[in-house]
Amino acid sequence: MRPWQETHFANPSGSHRAARLARQAVDEARELIAASLGVNSGDVVFTGGGTESDNYAISGSVRSRGGLAVCSAIEHHAVLDPVQHHGGVTVAVTRDGQIDTDDLRVVLNDASSSGQHVPVVSVMTVNNEVGSVNDIAKVAAIVRELAPAAWLHTDAVQAACWIDLSEITQHVDLLSLSAHKFGGPKGVGLMVVSNGATPEPILLGGGQERGRRSGTIDVAGAVGAAAALNMTTLTRTETSNRVRALRDELLAALLEIGGVNETVSRSVTAPGIAHICLDDLDSEALLFMLDEADVYASAASACASGAMESSHVLSAIGVADELRSGALRLSLGHSTSANDIDRAVSSITRSIQLLRDRRAARKQRAT
Amino acid sequence: MSGGVDSSVAAALLHEQGHDVVGVTMRLWGGESDTGCCSVSDVDDARRVAQQIGIEHVVFNFSDEFDQHVVQPYVDAHQKGITPNPCIECNRHLKFERLAERADELGFDAVATGHHARIGVHGDGRLRLERGADLAKDQSYVLHMVTASALAHTSFPIGHMTKEEVRAHAARLGLRTAMKPDSQDVCFISRADGREHFLGHRIPLRTARVVDRAGTQVGEVPSVEMVTLGQRRGLGVPGGGPVRYVIGVDASSETPTVVVGDADDLLVSSQKVHSMTWVDEPFEGEALAQTSAHGDSRPCSVATTAAREVRIEWGLRSTRIAPGQSVVLYDPTNTWVIGGGIAERSPL
Repeated sequence: MRPWQETHFANPSGSHRAARLARQAVDEARELIAASLGVNSGDVVFTGGGTESDNYAISGSVRSRGGLAVCSAIEHHAVLDPVQHHGGVTVAVTRDGQIDTDDLRVVLNDASSSGQHVPVVSVMTVNNEVGSVNDIAKVAAIVRELAPAAWLHTDAVQAACWIDLSEITQHVDLLSLSAHKFGGPKGVGLMVVSNGATPEPILLGGGQERGRRSGTIDVAGAVGAAAALNMTTLTRTETSNRVRALRDELLAALLEIGGVNETVSRSVTAPGIAHICLDDLDSEALLFMLDEADVYASAASACASGAMESSHVLSAIGVADELRSGALRLSLGHSTSANDIDRAVSSITRSIQLLRDRRAARKQRAT
Repeated sequence: MSGGVDSSVAAALLHEQGHDVVGVTMRLWGGESDTGCCSVSDVDDARRVAQQIGIEHVVFNFSDEFDQHVVQPYVDAHQKGITPNPCIECNRHLKFERLAERADELGFDAVATGHHARIGVHGDGRLRLERGADLAKDQSYVLHMVTASALAHTSFPIGHMTKEEVRAHAARLGLRTAMKPDSQDVCFISRADGREHFLGHRIPLRTARVVDRAGTQVGEVPSVEMVTLGQRRGLGVPGGGPVRYVIGVDASSETPTVVVGDADDLLVSSQKVHSMTWVDEPFEGEALAQTSAHGDSRPCSVATTAAREVRIEWGLRSTRIAPGQSVVLYDPTNTWVIGGGIAERSPL
């Protein structure tokens, strides 16, 4: 990325030699990404992030074709909010956080029998909170059967590190990625637009990216995203296997603490997420203790003020209210080591014990 | 840290004194609001101040508890024709209960706030809650429910300062909140839409007849839920006559009624107060009573009538208190808080 930040400043849309150099870097990055994804390089669009890609997929499809957008109930807000904004509908999910394919059939049949056209169906590859993986091939078969005109979109932002994306792209028309989720820079997104799908662009202007996304291309960002995705692809199988084993160790150790519940079955999740719910503690209190111990975890998602918000994902998959307030999400990545797991387990165990002891002491003082 | 100047300086002072301080902003209200302590811009101010002071800052989401203990009771009270004080309920249930509990759980010794009040000591060493040094800004009234045992885990770092001194200290530190205006209104009600809009979205607002003491209709109000004892404007009474005050509100019946009378009709010689809490021990005898956040305190004598319920006899006949408002008792030197409770509806 460095040359494109420090010495090569030309705009890749220009026509002089410096611009052509930048253009070459972008073209090569695009090819590298296309190869990782198993698509044509002309199908790859650079965007400003995963959120922009998702908005482009949903709003772009609705603007281009009208009708009723459909998505799963546990999509990231970058999909869910545009779908709701355009008056679309959500499909139920199972207790393990996978799309309920029976309900998907019902929703698509209802739309068809009421004469409503479905422009886009969006089902995420991996859920960002609990890690559940969807069977996109199966979803695709249902969509092709019941809503053959619909474009199928998948938010694969959380999938890139763990799942061979070329197996996903062959089933979908639109796919979103975010570079920082696979080791690339923040503020760079990718969009695969294939099979002749033509969502209307949401950014108009200079007509870059074949008119699909106006705005000067971030050359360093594109180069960084391509390098990171390439590295991720080359090491994915080894990394996935190793991290899955670490994640399973982590979960097993946490379940021994007592009062800890595995939120969804680890058999249906991607390796990078361990999600638990505590019977008796508030996430906020536990996160504070972990932060002090330099263990950086998360509960659900933070709202604009920085406060933890209750999770629409846990609510949709049917986690009980009292468990939802004790949600804890731990993420693992390619650099996570067995030592990290040991340290996390001992800090989490100690923090939970301290919170429980102090609560008991407080109760005793009160009586 | 609400994002205001008082809590900013409170945090800064504690940090300067060498305490291990973490700034906390409570996220209390999820709805629309432009005046309150939990808008995104106020949290931004609190976070930036914490960065400038050099302390950690976290946001705790207590919006469920706030809804349960403050917003819902506020709506219910209005529906019954009662005038609640949500800031007091927020102090009672959120700052000095939920937050105190969270602080204890996380291993902190005390909760500090930017209130203008002081913690003093009786001759025998017991702690007491005293008025702030800046009498114009004194907030001991809204803190009356903090007990002596809770005071042991509480700190009011700016209680000895005037508002001017607080602002000057913030300015010296270059804090962005130095000249921020004081918050005025109920934090969950936006200034643009107002109370009627807020209540109207939650409960049906009902038209009420306005009658005089003889029962003759003299006017009409669009929503009985908005009427407060002592009110004299917006009663639909034709002008020109003597000033009429609301002396009674009946929101419970099928035909809501507001009774108006003259200033003399508002005067009573005694007042029942329920839900009493005492800073220390239950008290009977001569005291001063304050019945609004910045009102005068007037001499009275206090007698227990039931568990957590007292009757105060005013030294001089005194204006009827709107039911739901807090009555706070101070010692005869007007220095420290004895306790407080909520005014009951006085019979006409």
